[in-house]
Amino acid sequence: MTAPSRTPILSAQHLLAIGDLSHAEILSLLDLAGKYVEVSRQIDKRHAMLQGRTQVNLFFEASTRTQSSFEIAGKRLGADVMNMAVSTSALSKGETVLDTAMTINAMHPDFLVVRHPSSGAVELLAQKVSCSVINAGDGQHEHPTQALLDALTIRRRKKRIEGLTVAICGDVLHSRVARSNIHLLNKLGAEVRVVAPSTLLPTGIGNFGVSIFRTMAEGLAGADVVMMLRLQLERMSGAFVPSAREYYRFFGLNAEKLRYAKPDALVMHPGPMNRGIEIDSDVADGAQSVIREQVEMGVAVRMAVLDALARNIPKGGNA
Amino acid sequence: MMTPAKPATGRRAYVNAAIVAPGQGLSGIGGLLVEDGWILAAGAKVSRASAGSGTSIIDCTGLTLMPGLIDMRVFTGEPGTEYRETLATASEAAAAGGVTTMIVMPNTQPIVDDAAIVDYILRRARDTALVRVAPMAAITRGLAGEMMTEIGTLKEAGAVAITDGIKAVANANLFRRALIYARDFDMLVVQHVEESSLSSGVMNSSEIAGRLGLAGIPAMAEVIMLERDLRLVELTGARYHASQISCALSLDVMRAAKAKGLPVTCGVSVHHLTLNHNDIGAYRTFFKLSPPLRSEEDRRALVEGVTDGAIDVIVSGHDPQSADTKRLPFAEAAFGAVGLETMFSAALSLFHSTDISLARLVDAMSSAPAKILGLEQGRLEAGAPADFALADLNLNWKVEDRALRSRSKNSPFEHRTLEGRVVETVVAGKSVYTYAR
Repeated sequence: MTAPSRTPILSAQHLLAIGDLSHAEILSLLDLAGKYVEVSRQIDKRHAMLQGRTQVNLFFEASTRTQSSFEIAGKRLGADVMNMAVSTSALSKGETVLDTAMTINAMHPDFLVVRHPSSGAVELLAQKVSCSVINAGDGQHEHPTQALLDALTIRRRKKRIEGLTVAICGDVLHSRVARSNIHLLNKLGAEVRVVAPSTLLPTGIGNFGVSIFRTMAEGLAGADVVMMLRLQLERMSGAFVPSAREYYRFFGLNAEKLRYAKPDALVMHPGPMNRGIEIDSDVADGAQSVIREQVEMGVAVRMAVLDALARNIPKGGNA
Repeated sequence: MMTPAKPATGRRAYVNAAIVAPGQGLSGIGGLLVEDGWILAAGAKVSRASAGSGTSIIDCTGLTLMPGLIDMRVFTGEPGTEYRETLATASEAAAAGGVTTMIVMPNTQPIVDDAAIVDYILRRARDTALVRVAPMAAITRGLAGEMMTEIGTLKEAGAVAITDGIKAVANANLFRRALIYARDFDMLVVQHVEESSLSSGVMNSSEIAGRLGLAGIPAMAEVIMLERDLRLVELTGARYHASQISCALSLDVMRAAKAKGLPVTCGVSVHHLTLNHNDIGAYRTFFKLSPPLRSEEDRRALVEGVTDGAIDVIVSGHDPQSADTKRLPFAEAAFGAVGLETMFSAALSLFHSTDISLARLVDAMSSAPAKILGLEQGRLEAGAPADFALADLNLNWKVEDRALRSRSKNSPFEHRTLEGRVVETVVAGKSVYTYAR
């Protein structure tokens, strides 16, 4: 790309939650990400846009795909990327999230990509550092880049989002992916459904802008997109649902249940998948699945977010 | 109960004050005559003219004179975590808030489950604190919920009640026995009403919690424990006090129990009367309290409960937490807020909004707790200890963390302007606080 347009896209310094983004900002990000999909498909994928910028991926919770996706995104744009995994055991030795953040901030990074097991932790950290913070998942709160990449995937396949029926199925209660998606899809005019046993739905879900279904047959009926959520192992042994096999029986997506949705419905999953629990392999790897495409869109979306936030960095760097 | 300061000598008359002493039926302009740490006379009859020669006169025109406040729920860090708060620093905060008696909780290190620790606190208070201090002792040893403490011995040592402080005694059979045994010593049993298996969350179970991705604590956790306890009170006849209630449903339960004539009372924190769960906003940990702040409907119901007497006392719930335990992600942060210095001013907001009368507020923070605990303070009449406070009901002041006297600064009213405050606090006839205008 020669002399890329540097028009500002985002009004904020950070990307913390979907709620902070306007409709126009979301569309601009998706448009920009669309361009980066093409860049990523070229043989020479490198850009100098973020040359000289430092990106630190600060992960307080283990992650393979999100961390590598952010790493590749930063590197393709020419940034220097460093990964820092902070085990929570190091934190229990006395150093707090803020101590860690301040230490890294003192090294003058331009971007901090943060994942943390506690809701609100990334926002707390963003109040204390001078660089741009990107929320890569905070507890059960938000995972905005996942929602953006899901929207990009849907938009490229369906050519629109407005008016589509999207069924989000599974552990909504513990899912930051679900929360971010519910907010974003609502902003873009989709009809959002959640399908789950009541033990896996948060209090007040009825006011989130979704309709609620307790069976896959009803929830998937006529859906354009079926978005499955991961069910953590520790939550399927009696605490929230009786067993993995009972969960699979009623809420696992297989070819039979998928037939309730529209014939051309997309099958999505944020990964990593529990095959045979929330989703069957033949569906996950089937013709309707866009799960691998979601991963590809992830890199493009994160490139777009880094690019957009970089446009807001003052000439002298963040103070 | 330790009286910290040597009583002041010399006869003094505080005159031309607007007196509020609901327990004695006093209101209107009047005065207070004190000598040697005791009240000689109170009411309209005390005036500049009636005070004999040799009496120093303090003109209190424009000020409200009320009994010193008695705060039934105060945590300090002494002994064990003095970096959070000592009895001395807590007492400075208390004095600045018009609190002349602090009832301190047993959740210290070591825990107040032994007469020696009760004695230690009373001696430390005598030597270092500006206001009176009386401890509650633990119901169970080590607050472990397994074995009763030496309730009789603790009472003799000076404990005014028993409570496990920040947790409820979960074992119903043990709690039943503790109630029966405490009744023999006429010891008040105070419970933190919360069913622990329902209370692993960090804020009120609500749509907001769902949106923030925070685990909720349902109001039912409180109601279930309260209902269980009241059944046990019915069975045993022991005197029981629910230290704080936080929701409308608990009020119904309390009203029913009182209608039955059970010897039960309850409290509410001033924070639950003036704030609600929306104040948490974007994960503000200074609003993380136990029990959690609940909905606006609950808050309104609690205000009504104070007015009609379903709720007996208002407490500060003063719980000093340092930056290390509060500057954390919400779920990891400690519960609690400081409140000694702001309790009266915050409560006054309910008077200014005409929700609760001044007399009822003062009663809920002085005579009502005195009556429940069997203390001689909390009243303005001849023969009572000269513990009182003067307040300017319309004085605006801004709560700034640096100016707060508590060693910890976790005030939910940080940066807010409050209307009205205590300007003079007197304990045993001695002035322990004067507001610097």
